[in-house]
Amino acid sequence: MAIVIDMPKLSDTMEEGVISKWNVKEGDKVKSGDIIAEVETDKATMDVEVYDDGVVLKIVAKEGDAVPLGKAMAIIGEEGEDISDLLDGDGGDASGGEKAEKKPKKDEEKDEDAEKAGDDGEDDEDEDEDVDDGKAKESGKKDGDNGKDKDAGKTAKKSGDKSDDGKKGKEKKDFDPLFGDLNGDEKTKDAKAKTDSGDDRVKVSPLARKMAEEQGISLSDVKGSGPQGRIVKKDIEEFDKDAAKSSKSAKPAAPAADMIPSGESKELKVSQMRKAIARRLAESKFTSPHFYETIDIDMKRAIEARGALNELSEVKISFNDFVVKACAAALRRHPAINSSWMGDKIVQHGDVHVAVAVAIDDGLITPVIKHTDKKGLAQISRETKDLAGRARDKKLQPDEFEGSTFTISNLGMFGIEEFTAIINPPNAAILAVGTIRDVPVVENGMVVPGKRMKVTLSSDHRVVDGASAAEFMNSVRNFLENPTTMLL
Amino acid sequence: MAELQFREAIRAAMVEEMRRDESVFLMGEEVAEYDGAYKVSQGMLEEFGFRRVIDTPISELGFSGIGVGAAMNGLRPIVEFMTFNFAVVGIDQIINNAAKLRYMSGGQIMIPIVFRGPNASAGQLGATHSVAYEALYGHIPGLKVVYPSEPGDAKGLLKTAIRDDNPVIFLESEQMYGLKGEVSDEEDFTIPFGVAKVKREGNDVTIVAHGKMYHVAQQAAKELAKDGIEAEIVDPRTIKPFDMKTVIESVKKTNRCVIVDETHPFCGIAAEVGFQLQRDAFDYLDAPIQRVTVPDVPAPFAKNLFDLWLPGPKQVIEAVNAVTYRS
Amino acid sequence: MAKKAEEKGFTPTGVVYQSTKLPKPTSKTHDKLGLKKKDLLNLYESMYRQRRFEERAAQMYQKGKFGGFLHLYIGQEAISTGVVQALNDDDDLITAYRDHGFALARGASSDECMAELFGKATGISSGKGGSMHYFKLEKHFWGGHAIVGAHIPLGAGLAFANKYNGNDRVAVCFFGDGAVDQGSLNETFNMAQLWKLPVIFVVENNGYSMGTAVERHSAGDLHKRADAYGMKNDIVNGMDVFTIIDKFTEVAKDVRKNQNPWFLEVRTYRYRGHSMSDPGNYRTKEELDEFKQTDPIERLKTYVSEKKLVKDDEIEEITSRINQEVLDAIDFAEESDFPEPEALFHDVYAENDFPFVK
Repeated sequence: MAIVIDMPKLSDTMEEGVISKWNVKEGDKVKSGDIIAEVETDKATMDVEVYDDGVVLKIVAKEGDAVPLGKAMAIIGEEGEDISDLLDGDGGDASGGEKAEKKPKKDEEKDEDAEKAGDDGEDDEDEDEDVDDGKAKESGKKDGDNGKDKDAGKTAKKSGDKSDDGKKGKEKKDFDPLFGDLNGDEKTKDAKAKTDSGDDRVKVSPLARKMAEEQGISLSDVKGSGPQGRIVKKDIEEFDKDAAKSSKSAKPAAPAADMIPSGESKELKVSQMRKAIARRLAESKFTSPHFYETIDIDMKRAIEARGALNELSEVKISFNDFVVKACAAALRRHPAINSSWMGDKIVQHGDVHVAVAVAIDDGLITPVIKHTDKKGLAQISRETKDLAGRARDKKLQPDEFEGSTFTISNLGMFGIEEFTAIINPPNAAILAVGTIRDVPVVENGMVVPGKRMKVTLSSDHRVVDGASAAEFMNSVRNFLENPTTMLL
Repeated sequence: MAELQFREAIRAAMVEEMRRDESVFLMGEEVAEYDGAYKVSQGMLEEFGFRRVIDTPISELGFSGIGVGAAMNGLRPIVEFMTFNFAVVGIDQIINNAAKLRYMSGGQIMIPIVFRGPNASAGQLGATHSVAYEALYGHIPGLKVVYPSEPGDAKGLLKTAIRDDNPVIFLESEQMYGLKGEVSDEEDFTIPFGVAKVKREGNDVTIVAHGKMYHVAQQAAKELAKDGIEAEIVDPRTIKPFDMKTVIESVKKTNRCVIVDETHPFCGIAAEVGFQLQRDAFDYLDAPIQRVTVPDVPAPFAKNLFDLWLPGPKQVIEAVNAVTYRS
Repeated sequence: MAKKAEEKGFTPTGVVYQSTKLPKPTSKTHDKLGLKKKDLLNLYESMYRQRRFEERAAQMYQKGKFGGFLHLYIGQEAISTGVVQALNDDDDLITAYRDHGFALARGASSDECMAELFGKATGISSGKGGSMHYFKLEKHFWGGHAIVGAHIPLGAGLAFANKYNGNDRVAVCFFGDGAVDQGSLNETFNMAQLWKLPVIFVVENNGYSMGTAVERHSAGDLHKRADAYGMKNDIVNGMDVFTIIDKFTEVAKDVRKNQNPWFLEVRTYRYRGHSMSDPGNYRTKEELDEFKQTDPIERLKTYVSEKKLVKDDEIEEITSRINQEVLDAIDFAEESDFPEPEALFHDVYAENDFPFVK
C-alpha cells in the first residue's frame, strides 16, 4: 500500500515549505530514516525524512514548489503499485494519503485532529525553548517573537470568541438575578436619587450601607462622620437612636421632593402588584410570540337573549357573562387553545378555567371561574361579581386567581372598540373584548341598524397556530350569534 | 506546661521526631560539631551521631537538592538554612524540584522534607540578610509555609511539618530564638496546619499578625487598650494553608482590620489577606482595610533608616486609628 | 564549521569541530561479558524499541498530534540499554529531559510512553509531565528532569538515602555535556566525594550543549572535573553497547563495594537536533554521517550476524513486532482519555483536599 509523504511541520510557525532539493527521484528505493528532501521553512532549511521503507512512486511537488503543511510531496510504496487513486482528485490531500497508509488504521480522524491541534500544540515551542536552556539562538529568538505575537493574536481571538458566546451571555444572566435578589429597589433609588441630585456621591462603608438597608434608613438622611463625609457604622447606630422616628416619617416624601422641580412629576413607589404585573407581562410579551386575530360578531340575538334571561334571573347577566360562557364552550371544543407552553412540552388542560381581568386600584387581577364550561350563565354571573368585588377589596385567596387556562379582558364598558391584550401566562391565549357598536348593516338588501362587537384573540404561537385560533374564534362567534346553542 | 525558649522548642520537636522515626535526620551548615549557628541543634550530634546530624559545606544548592533526592527515596530530611536569605542560592531545588515533582510525576513522587531556619530581618544586617520570604514561598503551589510566633506553636507545628508528606518551609527568627513561652507537656503535642489562633480578644479592630510581627501587634494592642480600644489579634500561624475563616469571623465582629506583615507590600501576605477580606467580608467592613508592612525598598543599614524601615507598634497604632476613625 | 577566526570575542570560535572523539570500544566478546543469545536479542530489542518509538514520536509531532518539546535520544541508545543490562533492577536511575530511551530501557511500555507525549491520563506520568518528565518509580526510574543540572543533587540524594538505609543500591545520574557547566554539579561532586555516596555520575557527552559544541562551552576535558574532588573517573565509548556493559559492570561493582562515587564521561552522538525545531546548522553533515557509521544498533546487528549467533529472521521478527508495537502505542495514545478536569488540582499536595486559594 502506497504512502503519501506530506509536508511535515519542521518549524513551529511554518505554514508551508519550499522544496529546495530532492535527494531521491522516482523509482529510487528508500528506507525509514532516509533524508529524501530538503525543505526551506520560514526559519531554516530542514531535512525531510521518511519513516517507512519503499520505492518512490511519484514526486508530487517539484523543487522550488511551495507545499502547504500536510499536503503531498511524494508517494512511496511497492514497485509497480497502482497509485492512481492517490493521484485522482484530492489524492494529494493529507487525509487521502493517510487512508492509503498501511497500519495506522484510523488515521483519517487522527488527521482531522492533527489539523486542529496544528497550531495550538507547538506555537510556544521557541519561546519556551529559550527558557528551557536559558539561551536563545539569534534567529530562533526573532522568529519566536513573531510567532508569539501571531499566536497571541490567535489565542486572544479564540478566547474572545468564547467569551462572546458563553461568558458574556452568562454574565448577563447571572447579573440580573443578582440585582433582582437584592430586594432593594427602594434603597437603590435612594442612593441613585442622591447621585442624580448633583450632590457628591454618598460615601458609606459597606457595613454602614448594609445596616442602613436592614433598618430601613435612607442614607441620604444620614450625615457621615468619616473621612470625606463617609457614613460609618457609628453614624448609623447613632442615627438609629436619636432620629429614627422622624427619619421614618420623613423618609418617603422628603428626598423625592427635594430633588424634583416642583409640580412636574413625582416618583411613585412600585407596589408588589405592579412589580408582578411588570415582570409577568413583560416576560409574556417578550418570550411568547403573540399573534392576533380579530372578528366582528353580530350581537343582536345575544342582546335579545340577555333581555329574556334577565327577566327570569335573580342576578343580572352581563354581556361579558355571555362571552365567558361562549369562550368556555368553545374551549371545550378546541383543546388546542386551552393549553400551556411548558418549555419542553405542551399541556392541554383537562378542565376549562376561564379568568376574567378585573381592574382594581393600581393594577388588575384575574380571578378564575373554575370549571367554567360546566356552569350556567347565572352561576358565572354570580361568581364573577363575587370575585370582582372581593378583588377590589384585595380579599382574594391565591387559589381564586391562580390556575386559569384562558383569560378574557373586556374594555367594552369604556367604549373601547377593539384592542389587543397580552397573554396571561401560562395561558396560550387571551380574548380582548370591545364595546357593542350600533352599525348600519345590510340585511336582505336593506340597510338596517345592527349591533356588532369586535373581539381580538392574542395567541402564543408556540402553542397555537393561526388556523386553530380562527376555528376557535368562529366557534365563539357562532355561540354568541346563536346563544341558545351554548345553553345545551 | 513548661516554659521553653523558642530554640529549645524547635530542638525538642526535632529530637522527639528523630527518636520516633529513624528516617528523620538533620543537615545544614554548622548543625553538628558547632552545635548550630544559633544553637538550635545543640546537643543533637551527641544523641544522634554523625549519620543523622550532618554538617554540610556552604553549598545551599547542593545540599538542598541532596535533601530533596533523599526525601524522594524514602527519608524525611530536615534541612536547616543558616538563614533563609542563604536559601535563595539553592531556591531552584525548592521551587522546581521539591514543589513540583509530585505533580509532574502524576503523584508518583513524595517529598516529605522540611526546610527550616531563621527568616526576615534581625537588626542591622544589610539588605541581603533581611528579607522576609513567606510571601515568595507562599506563592508556589506544592509548598506549605509555616511561620510561628511563639515557642508553643513552634514545637507543635514543627512536629506536624516533619510528619507532613509535602515539602514544608518552616520559618523562624534569630530575634525570637531566646523568646520564652509556654509549651505543652502533652505527649506528642502537634498543631494542625491551617488553623489560626485568636490570641487576644477584642471588639474594636482585628489585627492579623504572624511571626515576629505578632509581638509588634501585641505591644500595639496594649497601648491601644489604654485608650479604650480593644484589639483582637489573630495569628494565622501557617501561611499556606492560610486560615481565612478565623480572620473573617473576627472581622465580622469588629468590622475593621489591620494586617501586620514583615514582607514587602507588593504581592505580600497583607495584599492577599486584604483581597480575600474585601471579597468575602465586604458587607462587614466599616473602613478600608489597612496594612503595616516594611516599605517597598531593601533593608537599610543605618540605625535611623532601619528603624524607619521595620514596622513597630507606632505604625500599627496609626493604622488602627485610621480604621476606627480616630485621628 | 569555519567561523570568522579573526573576530574578537569571548566564546572560542574559528575551529572546525569534531565535537567529540570516541575512545576505543571494549575488545571483550559477548561470551566474556557473560551475555547469552537471549541477552543479545534483548539488547537489540531494547535499542530498536527506543529508536522506532522516537522515530514515530517525531512523525506524530510533525503531524501536530501533540505539543510541547520533543528531544530525541536517537543515536545514544547503547547507553541506556547497556546501563540497564549492567545494573541491578533496583538500582536507581535518574536523567535529564532526553528521557524516553531510559524509561523504555527500564521496562516502561511503549503505550504509556506514547500516551504521555499525547498528554493522556494513561501516560507514564498521568499526562502531567510530558516528554521531558517521564517517571516510573516502580522500575526505580526517577525521571525526566528539565532544568539543566538541577537533578544532579537529586541523584546524589537518592544515593544518600540508599547509603543511610544501607540497602546496597547504586544510583546512576545521567546528564548532558551542557549540565557539566552548572554550579550544581560542582557542589554535588564535592559532597558526594566527601560523604562517599554510592553514585555514578554520567555525562552523556554528545558533543553539543543545544547548539554549542563542547569545546565552546566547557574548558578542559569533562571527566577531569572529577579529579579536582579526587573522584574516580574515566571516558567511555557510548556507541558500543558492549563497552557500556563492560564499564558499568566494573564501576557499579566498585561503587557497591567501596561506597564511593564515580564520574564517567560517555562519548556519544545525537543524530537529531537538540529539539524538533533545530535545523542543526552548527554542525556539518559529514560529522553526522561519520557518527552514523558507528550506529549502536547496526553495530550489534552486524556483530550477531557475522558471528552467526542469531538467525536473520529472529532479528526480522523483533523488528516487525516492535514496528507494530509502536503503531499500536499511537492508537493507544490517541484513544486514551485526557486527564479529568479535576486532575488539575490533584497531586499538588499529598492530600487531595488541600484548601487551594481561590
